[in-house]
Amino acid sequence: MSFINPIKYAYLAVEAWFNVAFGSEWNPLYNMGRLAFFFFWIVLISGLYLFIFFDTSLSGAYASVEAITYEQKYVGGVMRSLHRYASDAAIITIILHMFREYALGRYNGVRWFSWVTGVPTLWIVITLGITGYWLVWDELGLYVAMLSSQLIDALPLIPGSMARNFVGTQVSDRFFTLMAFLHLLGQPLLLVFALWIHVKRLSFVKVNPPKGLAIGSLVAMLALSLAAPAVSHGPANASQVAAVLNIDWFYLNVYPLMDVFSAGQTWVITLGITFFLMIMPWLPPKKRGPAAEVHLDHCNGCEQCADDCPFDAITVQARTDGAKFEHEVVVNPDLCASCGICVGSCPSSNPFRSKNEELVTGIDMPNRPIDEIRNHMDEAIAKLKGDNKIIILGCENSLDFSKLGADNLQVVSLFCIGMMPATLVEYALAHGADGVFVTGCRTGDCFYRFGNVWMDERFAGKRQPILRRRAERSRIKVFRAAVTDKKQLHKELAEFENHIKTLNKKETAAQPELSNE
Amino acid sequence: MNKILRYGLQAFYYALFMAVVWYFSIKPPYHQLEEDQAVITLSFTHATQLRKACRKLTQEELMKLPPNMRLAMDCSRERSPMTMELYLDDKLLTKAEVEPLGLHRDQGVSIFQSIKVKAGEHTLRAWMNDDVKVKGPTYKFEQAISLKPEQLLLLDFHVSSGGFFTQ
Repeated sequence: MSFINPIKYAYLAVEAWFNVAFGSEWNPLYNMGRLAFFFFWIVLISGLYLFIFFDTSLSGAYASVEAITYEQKYVGGVMRSLHRYASDAAIITIILHMFREYALGRYNGVRWFSWVTGVPTLWIVITLGITGYWLVWDELGLYVAMLSSQLIDALPLIPGSMARNFVGTQVSDRFFTLMAFLHLLGQPLLLVFALWIHVKRLSFVKVNPPKGLAIGSLVAMLALSLAAPAVSHGPANASQVAAVLNIDWFYLNVYPLMDVFSAGQTWVITLGITFFLMIMPWLPPKKRGPAAEVHLDHCNGCEQCADDCPFDAITVQARTDGAKFEHEVVVNPDLCASCGICVGSCPSSNPFRSKNEELVTGIDMPNRPIDEIRNHMDEAIAKLKGDNKIIILGCENSLDFSKLGADNLQVVSLFCIGMMPATLVEYALAHGADGVFVTGCRTGDCFYRFGNVWMDERFAGKRQPILRRRAERSRIKVFRAAVTDKKQLHKELAEFENHIKTLNKKETAAQPELSNE
Repeated sequence: MNKILRYGLQAFYYALFMAVVWYFSIKPPYHQLEEDQAVITLSFTHATQLRKACRKLTQEELMKLPPNMRLAMDCSRERSPMTMELYLDDKLLTKAEVEPLGLHRDQGVSIFQSIKVKAGEHTLRAWMNDDVKVKGPTYKFEQAISLKPEQLLLLDFHVSSGGFFTQ
């Protein structure tokens, strides 16, 4: 058992509770990254509104924020509160998003890039919040300005003292305008750029949460804004230090550290944590399987694998082998997660092909080629005994199938359920199985992002290569589960066995009638 | 599961989320100072004295230099470090030894320190040495001060103002 497992088990249990309330589609824990994007949208729109009325001068900033808060309480006041609370909600969702990726082991291997680029993105968001608090220019804004300046002074960048600008009567209006520029334009642009980099190595990036979840989150933010409107502290006064501050712990948690540590030590702690987070994907390095291999002599350049790859590892280029087809695909080994989804996408992976010789497909996994999977299926079918023979097809990231073996149950496991050619189910039924029980990661939570989505679409005939109509649907059961869902798995499997038993009985009963006719 | 129960559970989770967002956006309150405390901030930038006195070049030394560089005085750029001590009612608040900024240590010194103290009537004393050629303080300061709770008193320094002064 690895160190990550107890955390993983606990997290999956929590996700299951949320599934009860929200269902898998709206489960917020499956949509943390998207929710963060959604909260950014709320922050952007409310921020644009606030900007219309905000005075970017040092002398006018506080009064303008007060006017927004109190003189237009139900518009400006709500917008201000939305701006603050959505920013806070974004931090929570980002941190939960990171925690989830860690807990479920989705931060290393080929995914290192998204993890490493995500860490500085969080810092950009935090500094964006810091300049936001600065702009209100109340006692908290002054505190933020003073402490931020002391942190910057600790770096060997600027001769002299930046903090000096915020004591006595020397507060600079131009410096304040620079902060306004940073918060209103510079940092948001930087954030957009960082987010673009963050998702660069993924395909089918979805940045909007499901509609129901978005509406629920917006209503929650609105309710909070009306119930507890965001307000300022007293106006900034360079001759005074507020004894008590209601600081936003989501954004300003670094500053109280400076009561205990010097600015330099605070930098060391902050940068140390950042560095540790950034090297986490290599602590220890994840063993990566070999990349998918293209067999051009069995590839017609249909591009389905390139369309299906969740990690953008497959590209299409002009044919190089002189075959009559226009295109061929190329795998980038650095981006390949070795999930095998491309094998399930390839029409040449059909196990009914090349029955008496080696099955070679257009794109294959060297460490578990499709021919080996078909052989495994043949062996599994041959081992089935009894009346209700069931083949279980499952992915290795969801459940442990090793203890499911029984005389009438045989398991064929795959890297990802998306690796399964839909025709493999039909193959099992055609070669002696009475039923096929397909399982994999929970709905909406595929370890390789889209394996179970593509499988559903192939079964529904919406994505090539499809599960043909001749495969008897009543003998196929799809049940999705995580490693913590063993009880449900056994229950569903037992139900399926009974179902197959009933079907078999009906068929047996119908056969004499048919022969009599 | 019953639809109403599901929506009820959703409402519970949203409420929990809202509570977390609200609570940590303002609480727990951060106590920057005790109720009876004030702050003395020591902050100034000062060009300390040159580390070495200017020296008049000899005729022989001048002749060795290119004609366009024959300045009669040789002045080192490096400035003296600053040492200072600050006392409140004879209690040492801070002792600083600050090196001049710049690669050649020619840009003067900069200091910024905030010290929490008890509010009330006090005597503030400070001395500074800004010249390595001089033993003992080059500037001295003493002033009776009255600090209100939460007040920030700035102890500044400027040669043109005669040395230390408060704001």
